Amino acid sequence: MSIQKTTFSPKKVDRRSFLKAAAATSSAAALAACGDKAAIEEFLQRDFRSLSKEKIAKIIERLEAEYAQKYGKAFTVSTKEPIPETFFGYALDLSRCIGCRKCVYACVDENNQSRDPQLHWIQVLEMEKEKGVDFIDANLYYDHEEVPHEGHFYVPIACQHCKNPPCVKSCPVGATWTDSDGIVVIDYNWCIGCRCCMAACPYGARHFNWGRPTLPAEDANPNTHYLGNRPRMKGVVEKCTWCIQRVREGRYPACVEACPVGARKFGNLLDKDSEIRYILENKRVLILREVLNTQPKFYYFYST
Amino acid sequence: MNKFWFKPGLIVLFFVLILFSSLLVIGQQTADKDKMQIQVPPPPLNEDTFPCSMCHGDMETNPERRELVDFHENIVLKHDEENRWCMACHDDKNRDMLHSASGELIDFSESYKLCGQCHGPKLKDWEAGIHGRRTGQWNGEKKYLLCAHCHNPHSPKFPHLKPEPAPIKPGKKK
Ligand code: SF4
Repeated sequence: MSIQKTTFSPKKVDRRSFLKAAAATSSAAALAACGDKAAIEEFLQRDFRSLSKEKIAKIIERLEAEYAQKYGKAFTVSTKEPIPETFFGYALDLSRCIGCRKCVYACVDENNQSRDPQLHWIQVLEMEKEKGVDFIDANLYYDHEEVPHEGHFYVPIACQHCKNPPCVKSCPVGATWTDSDGIVVIDYNWCIGCRCCMAACPYGARHFNWGRPTLPAEDANPNTHYLGNRPRMKGVVEKCTWCIQRVREGRYPACVEACPVGARKFGNLLDKDSEIRYILENKRVLILREVLNTQPKFYYFYST
Repeated sequence: MNKFWFKPGLIVLFFVLILFSSLLVIGQQTADKDKMQIQVPPPPLNEDTFPCSMCHGDMETNPERRELVDFHENIVLKHDEENRWCMACHDDKNRDMLHSASGELIDFSESYKLCGQCHGPKLKDWEAGIHGRRTGQWNGEKKYLLCAHCHNPHSPKFPHLKPEPAPIKPGKKK
């Protein structure tokens, strides 16, 4: 009762001054909201898969405006859905790879990875021929004048796009999932940054934005996909999407085209005339950490 | 019974069948041939040295294995060099062409046919899109390269490259 007494005294406030005060506060609130409207909308945004077409269109409009302002050029953020009757597979020829890391940087350029702190989706491991595929003694930081280095071979690793992905199962909020074309994607806006997926992934393929990602405006690739290479924010997890923005347009991933020795192959596993099917049917193929039953769609092979 | 074999209708049918099956075989062959017509960019020929007939047109061919001094001294043959010399692949009558082991002329734009004589499995992989760099569309038109775009035919081992920079170790600044 005492609260009512002190805060609200009908005797002292007449109708007119009440309305005046109300108008003043609501316009202040409206003003504040104008500046941060986008931020509030973003904060209230639901997970991508539950959004209506209209909501998605609005979000895309907001993002394109935001990026255009930030990077000083027109951006497109696609939400292109999987092409029907496609299920992607990737193959990498271990007998060809020379460890030149051209794929690593082609990926950074195409997919707008942070330059500082540095973040790479592809990691090229150097291994000794004597030891075979051996992760314990593999070297990520090799630095030779020339490659391939005598007695060594190279195993580039990125997301294996597993058919049975432990990362997807581990995400407590459902911010990552497999689309019907087999690409494992992340909704950066729904990711809470708990990094459960990183702990679950046996390939170290997921990377966390510990710092605010930096992407020089002149290096930004403005052709993006919502679930792929659009600029990321601090505190979210990211990884290879097989260049979702390219492959859903029929193009090859950037690393496939960048590899000087042609070690990287990509295609539709459902198409029996595809390059990827030819490899599976005719070459010696292996998958990494087979015993874990993650069932990667990323196949390593020996063409010779 | 004998009369049965001389029925004209049957004889006509027999010939029609033969004709039909031979047509099928021919059709198959052209289909295979079409598959061989792989679209490739022009061969990596040097304007200073091609067409070869610019100089070799009215020059006597010297098939002797020797050290090249005045011309082509930059060519180092490291490709089964014990058994081969220029004329093993280049044609000595038609200087702007290559030739197969059986003497069939091969244009530079189809040099993969020459390479494929020894490297059969590689040619097969290349045709299937497995060997070599592929660009274009995974579900449409693919761009191929000729063997010679990546391999120097005189010294075909893929050259060593300087690798791109190693990633920064965690905790280290740029
Ligand atoms: S670009 Fe090709 S050869 Fe170089 S490291 Fe990557 S996969 Fe290996």
